[in-house]
Amino acid sequence: MAKRIDVSGLNAYYGSFLAIEDISMTVEPRSVTAFIGPSGCGKSTFLRTLNRMHEVTPGGRVEGKVMLDDENLYGAGIDPVAVRREVGMVFQRPNPFPTMSVYDNVAAGLKLNGSYKKSQLDDIVEKSLKGANLWNEVKDRLNKPGSGLSGGQQQRLCIARAIAVEPKVLLMDEPCSALDPISTLAIEDLIGELKERFTIVIVTHNMQQAARVSDRTAFFNLAAVGQPGKLIEIDDTERIFSNPSVQATEDYISGRFG
Amino acid sequence: MDTTHIADAPPPTPQPSATEQKRAARGATRPGDRIFLGLSRGSGILLLVIMAAIAGFLTYRAALAISKDEGNFLTTFEWNTSATPPVFGIAVLAYGTIVSSIIAMVIAVPIAVSIALFLTHYAPRRLSGPIAYVIDLLAAVPSIVYGLWGALILVPHLNGLNGWLNDYLGWTGIFEWQGGAARSMLTVGILLAIMILPIITNVSREVFRQVPQIHEEAALALGATRWEVIRMAVLPFGRSGVISASMLGLGRALGETMAVATVLSPDFLIHTSLLDPGGGTFAQNIASKFSEATEFGRDALIASGLVLFVITLLVNGAARAIIARRKEYSGANA
Repeated sequence: MAKRIDVSGLNAYYGSFLAIEDISMTVEPRSVTAFIGPSGCGKSTFLRTLNRMHEVTPGGRVEGKVMLDDENLYGAGIDPVAVRREVGMVFQRPNPFPTMSVYDNVAAGLKLNGSYKKSQLDDIVEKSLKGANLWNEVKDRLNKPGSGLSGGQQQRLCIARAIAVEPKVLLMDEPCSALDPISTLAIEDLIGELKERFTIVIVTHNMQQAARVSDRTAFFNLAAVGQPGKLIEIDDTERIFSNPSVQATEDYISGRFG
Repeated sequence: MDTTHIADAPPPTPQPSATEQKRAARGATRPGDRIFLGLSRGSGILLLVIMAAIAGFLTYRAALAISKDEGNFLTTFEWNTSATPPVFGIAVLAYGTIVSSIIAMVIAVPIAVSIALFLTHYAPRRLSGPIAYVIDLLAAVPSIVYGLWGALILVPHLNGLNGWLNDYLGWTGIFEWQGGAARSMLTVGILLAIMILPIITNVSREVFRQVPQIHEEAALALGATRWEVIRMAVLPFGRSGVISASMLGLGRALGETMAVATVLSPDFLIHTSLLDPGGGTFAQNIASKFSEATEFGRDALIASGLVLFVITLLVNGAARAIIARRKEYSGANA
């Protein structure tokens, strides 16, 4: 089930450019941790180091340690493909596979991981869609293309696809930034339910959203353009939004930034 | 809806008439728009007129010939237009054209798709550029050069392959080898495969390159290996494009003239074995006979050309149908 993430001394590069510098933090299991900060401060880059997606980008390179319970994701002999099966991800733009039906989208990860009987697949697909609060809306059109759903439904479909493989951690990269307020609310409710089963890390530009959904909040910032992004502080969400210990955090959340 | 609107509206100002509105909506009121509309519409109509003229010409000349044909035009294994009465039929040509193109497709499509995938998803950038360039060069070689290369180099070197096929697959009948020179359908198919490789590779490469990054990342984030990403996101997305690419290649294979005429030693028999020298294709037959044909002989060749035209249309129609059948899954709506 859900696992603890423990990051220490993490640097991430694009080619020779240091994008984020010396990040250390702990993310507790079955909690929601939100990353906030100005554009370009490296929150998304950092998120992508947690499932080794950063190195997919040409020139992407990581130094440091990310422990998932007792296992270093960047240890020798660790297969990034195996890491990504443990750490699921939901992206900024809903990206269901356009060539697959709703059903096949949810089953896509399962089919990678092994062979299932049709009845088992049916069960997992139903459970995952229910888990993503989408079942009632799509149960009559499981065989229709996933790209025919609305944006909010597509994003919940992507969440269903991610949780179908029972990851230990769920990473969300601005999952609501392309959605309308009602769809956003549906996703936020869903995050509240999912945190009972998964460790959730969410990047968001919406500070109200961070305040609503997260238990802990991390504030990232960069000194100037071209400088690496850094973790300024991480604390309980309530404290970050009421009485942060660093002045820069206070400036950012109260809109006095820059 | 309209009535409620009008009821609330202030006294109407003079409205443009319905046709004027329609024209305005099509954007044809400004001079620039009008000129462009005329140009583009004119080009479209001109294309249709040219196509109709070609079809009409071919059909007229073909009808002249077929009406005097003593044999059955579709099933006769003979091409004797100077006999009295003339006897000719396209059975051998249709068979040869289709079989050589199928061989070419079976060989070329998997290789071309593999090269395209390699160039877009596996090769380092400094390697993929030069390789793509070399493949483009292949497309620029004139077909007579392919023909000469095929006749002088490919044919003498295929005896080994023919012997091997005969040893292991001879029992099927279609790979039986009597030991003749390799001026056969298989050789033509191989040569055509090399000739259509560049076009299929290039178009497939463009298609694979356009697969949105977010779909590949979606597969990666689920724990897909590189091959699984290709299978889940790249190939399904590129499917209709690869079919179109293959159709372009097939069109070239069906109509290829000089290379086939140079390599094949034609006769008017259908050989069960692909390794037997002989057979013929539409384009090869026209090229070999046209210069020495009588007026009537030319009409007969035109009739055979018309059949090739129809076959090409059918193939294209079938490809479009395949693409359209899964349109909602094509990824075009993503």
